[in-house]
Amino acid sequence: MSMGKPLPHDAAPLHVTGQARYIDDLSFPANALHLAFGLSSVAHGEIIGIDLSAVKAAPGVVAVLSAADFPDMPDCSPSAADEPLLAVGKVHYVGQPVFLVIADSHLAARKAARLGKVSYRELPALLTVDDALAANSRFEQGPVVWAKGDASRAIAAAPRVVEGSFEVGGQEHFYLEGQVAAALPQEGGDMVVHSSTQHPTEVQHKVAHALHLPMSSVRVEVRRMGGGFGGKESQGNALAIACAVAARLTGRPCRMRYDRDDDMVITGKRHDLRILYRAGVDDQGRILGLEFTHLFRCGWSQDLSLPVADRAMLHADNCYHLQHVRIESHRLKTNTCSATAYRGFGGPQGMVGIERVLDHVAFVVGREPLEVRKANFYRGMASPGGASPPGPPEDISGQKMSKGAKDGEVDLSSRGAAVPVGSHEVPTDGRVQTTPYHMPVEDFIGHELVAELERTSDYRARKAEIAEWNSRSPVLKRGIALTPVKFGISFTLTWLNQAGALVHVYQDGSIALNHGGTEMGQGLFQKVAQVTASVFGVDTSVVKITATDTGKVPNTSATAASSGSDLNGMAAKAAAETIRGRLAEFIAEKHQVEPAAVRFVDGTVRVAGEVYDWARVVAWAYQARVSLSSTGYYATPKIIWDRVKGVGRPFYYFAYGAAVTEVVIDRLTGENRILRADLLHDTGTSLNPALDIGQVEGAYVQGAGWLTTEELVWDAKGRLSTHAPSTYKIPACSDRPRDFRVALWGKANREDSVGKSKAVGEPPFMLGISALYALSDAVAACGDGTVYPALDAPATAERVLMAVRRVEGHV
Amino acid sequence: MTVAFLLNGTPVRIEGEAPTRTLLDWLREARGLTGTKEGCNEGDCGACTVMVTDAEGSKALNACILFLAQLHGKAVRTVEGVSGPEGQMHPVQAAMVAHHGSQCGFCTPGFVVSMAVAHLNGARDHDDQLAGNLCRCTGYAPIIRAAEAAASEAVPEWMHADQLSLPQISSGVRGQTAPGAFSPRDSDELAEWYVANPDAVLVAGATDVGLWVTKQLRELRPVAFLGGVDDLKGIEVQGGQLHVGACVTISALRDAVAERLPSFGELLRRYASVQVRNAATIGGNIANGSPIGDGPPALIALGATLHLRRGDEMRSLPLEDFFLEYRKQDRKPGEFVAGVSFPEFAPALRCYKISKRFDQDISAVCGCFNVTAEGGVVRAARIAFGGMAGVPKRASLAEAALVGQEWTEATVDGAAEAMAGDFAPLSDMRASAGYRMLTAQNLLRRYFHDLNGVPVSVLEVSP
Repeated sequence: MSMGKPLPHDAAPLHVTGQARYIDDLSFPANALHLAFGLSSVAHGEIIGIDLSAVKAAPGVVAVLSAADFPDMPDCSPSAADEPLLAVGKVHYVGQPVFLVIADSHLAARKAARLGKVSYRELPALLTVDDALAANSRFEQGPVVWAKGDASRAIAAAPRVVEGSFEVGGQEHFYLEGQVAAALPQEGGDMVVHSSTQHPTEVQHKVAHALHLPMSSVRVEVRRMGGGFGGKESQGNALAIACAVAARLTGRPCRMRYDRDDDMVITGKRHDLRILYRAGVDDQGRILGLEFTHLFRCGWSQDLSLPVADRAMLHADNCYHLQHVRIESHRLKTNTCSATAYRGFGGPQGMVGIERVLDHVAFVVGREPLEVRKANFYRGMASPGGASPPGPPEDISGQKMSKGAKDGEVDLSSRGAAVPVGSHEVPTDGRVQTTPYHMPVEDFIGHELVAELERTSDYRARKAEIAEWNSRSPVLKRGIALTPVKFGISFTLTWLNQAGALVHVYQDGSIALNHGGTEMGQGLFQKVAQVTASVFGVDTSVVKITATDTGKVPNTSATAASSGSDLNGMAAKAAAETIRGRLAEFIAEKHQVEPAAVRFVDGTVRVAGEVYDWARVVAWAYQARVSLSSTGYYATPKIIWDRVKGVGRPFYYFAYGAAVTEVVIDRLTGENRILRADLLHDTGTSLNPALDIGQVEGAYVQGAGWLTTEELVWDAKGRLSTHAPSTYKIPACSDRPRDFRVALWGKANREDSVGKSKAVGEPPFMLGISALYALSDAVAACGDGTVYPALDAPATAERVLMAVRRVEGHV
Repeated sequence: MTVAFLLNGTPVRIEGEAPTRTLLDWLREARGLTGTKEGCNEGDCGACTVMVTDAEGSKALNACILFLAQLHGKAVRTVEGVSGPEGQMHPVQAAMVAHHGSQCGFCTPGFVVSMAVAHLNGARDHDDQLAGNLCRCTGYAPIIRAAEAAASEAVPEWMHADQLSLPQISSGVRGQTAPGAFSPRDSDELAEWYVANPDAVLVAGATDVGLWVTKQLRELRPVAFLGGVDDLKGIEVQGGQLHVGACVTISALRDAVAERLPSFGELLRRYASVQVRNAATIGGNIANGSPIGDGPPALIALGATLHLRRGDEMRSLPLEDFFLEYRKQDRKPGEFVAGVSFPEFAPALRCYKISKRFDQDISAVCGCFNVTAEGGVVRAARIAFGGMAGVPKRASLAEAALVGQEWTEATVDGAAEAMAGDFAPLSDMRASAGYRMLTAQNLLRRYFHDLNGVPVSVLEVSP
């Protein structure tokens, strides 16, 4: 069976030979035009004059557009209609597009765009969280608050209180292929758009809106992206719309790609934030009550900030049971680029907060941090051979089984519905613990997974060895930390949890596969092809993977929230099973057996003792006028969510993982480096272990980068100083852990996901959090145990040195 | 302008292109060779890496900041040419597939070319060979596994073809005769032309000037391309001094000092990336006058002498005297850097580079120390920093606080305190002023520990 095989990425042979085509590599007609934006140079201001005469006169320029040219300015926002394609009247951040140059070459357009003279009356700019708080500048009326129990009272009654605040930086996506789009005008005013986007349907919708066309007149195609990471969920809209508008105006194909510096200045990044926390704990470090405040810097437009900030709240518990908890989330509006989706979508921000609390609590109570973490874990599943959960052992299986369930399956829909929506009552049966948003945690495997990693990574012995080493090393100090991950899988906007697919079987037996997911390197296409091939019992090479195309599968959701293979895999499976059912029925009838007796294996069809070649059966079926094409559709079951109240079951299931990171720091300069990382990550029954390991390794390094070297710096005028790879430092080759051990936790998903697998795109990103707390451990080794390192992120050499100075008593 | 070179084994002759058109743009737009990608257009990501072969050998270069005029007489091989003539995969390509070294695939052609060049040259220091190629998907581990797996495979025949064909490439064609663009064949031609064209831009490796074109969108005119000035590419040892020509690349300099001045060699290992070191020259690094170039602090700590030439006039001066103030050097119109000399050995030299990322980053602080003690007393001290002032600068007060004193921790602490008077650093996106000062002072303390054999480098700790 193809499913579960460690096959290479389907396009790998094309990647390595340079034949894989990205949008800028496509052949366009020679009369194609190129676009570039002229950008705002101020963070906030009224536009009092635009002189584009020099732009128009520049060599190669065909046309220049600004607000005055649009009676009805197209909007680029995925959420709130608050992102005009070009600034109208005011500018809201440095880098906002003000005018659009249409020229006969990319270079001509870029050069001309520098010649615009825009004058502004500058307005006070809100650049920081503090600026925005002081001005009460925010999205939504006030902070969002979700609570369970009574945190304030629990903290007041607790033996000890641990509190603090810290800064968590944002992150530039740095997809290697920058934003790019192209639009080709068609007959009757229709438009074909090529866009490097994770969300072709959104581009279709926005382009149709801009051109006043029905969506059926716009077709969007995405073969592949050169990386996305969330940065192409909404940030490509502006280029696609600009190309479509310019193509309509000129009647010529139009192309646009951002130069890297422009890309980094214009587009949104991961949200930075400040996290305030106050925890009431006992002497063992068990959290009795906890309050969080998240202060998100969202930028100038709403974009996806509300669901991102929601997801941070939804991950403020991570693996820890919080009986009394209150989470307050501020979504602050500032004159900076609009922060957007980035792998984890707020989850990492929520999780880094609770891990900080655990790190701090362990320091204060003087216990080993891993022991404190475990003491706060959710109660475990009563799985055979697993580590025993804390608290009184209880048999929860009887309680969890519903009448119709089989094979140990749990019917959670009734439980979800049974949650008293609107009430803040904690279920009192004491068996299944609930999240801060009242979702029962019934698949918790943290105990077994962490125990396994603790063993394989030799955590305890290494911890002791490091302490001994540190005592002999005056300048260099090592540190180690283990942090777990529990990440909720499903879009929190429930209706997005659907997908479609289209499968054709041709009369020669070859198969064409199409679905709504997009390929950005994660291997989605290959996984879905493996699922499809498995249904037909053929080799994956028989399945032709085709570009994502809104003309083939409509109304797709963004390839985001790690959902790509869960949703599209199931949709493709449904489509393929429909066709296989028809084939089985046809061949069964010929042999006078039940269709269920027909088997599709190893490229053959087996029935009644006969073995037929797959292609031969297909040819027969075609001649017998059996339909060999089908759509497939899938909608995630069981989920229900009230985001206003913060109550429900937003997630179909959780994906788990844990990481041990060991670091070394230099107490004189703060220089630091990851020495070794041991990762164990839950992918359910992997659809493709090679691709999954690739996701886990890559996500860890990206997550560690977020918290170490990747620092975004804005100057006092709101200009991004780190707008190129020369100044913004993603991990390079030698920054990966030199000793890098990655394993998959291969136990089947208890939910009925595709092949019992689990989503893998985002969850392992948060394994990188272990690097931050390993650094905290190393910094703590520079002191006498009385001062907590209180390390901000990213932990650059500078921040590490400042923390060292704190624990050494210099500050 | 006429430029003749070999492209994937086929001779090409370009007429009428702007001399500063980049190879990357030309490959993609004029030749339809779209395997070579634009990731950053400033030489920092390596997605545009190509192999360029000349008399010195085959090297990886960034096509995005490589001007067509620099290619005359050379051979260029892109990712399309790394595959065999019949489409056979190169061993590094096959290994990248087998080891899952590509995900989104956009950086992959650049990696493949870097790996193929390293493979051809027998280089096995994969982390250094690939430091100039950024990948955002894989976390690099599978790429390194692929590089290791391919290392033992034989070099395919076609990868040797460029070296063999080299002599025939440019026979009879003199490159770059366009108005305003000049390609001198030796330093005499350069000297004569530059006196007549003192406003010209001199392009050696184009690793900085390239960005004037690709990012600042400037026109360079007049411009001279120094790639053919072979007499400035020499490295000679004479009287205990290394004499290094201005057009010596950082790669070649690194090779020359690796054994003699290992700490300087280690600093140069972390100077940008292979692609940049293969293009950038020590003359350019000095003449550029950047306060954060990594060459000058080390050379100043070594007591280097700079050699300048204007027309037929030569003069020499201590390197630190060349840097007058921010971006202003002691260089007359028409005068150019001809070379630099410095002691062949300096056992006490230590060079420390502090940056956000270890590889391919620009220094926040670069501190170079050369203190000699006899009988426990400091006899001489040369301490130079980059990133602490508008120019590469000596820490004179700290030096004074050391000389004549006992070489002890107390003396070092005193000198570190004195250093506060040497500098008033800036805050920028790389570091705050406070961090720079504290780290500069602590680097002196590190130096003391280092000379005493205490481990001080996080890069030398094994898990």
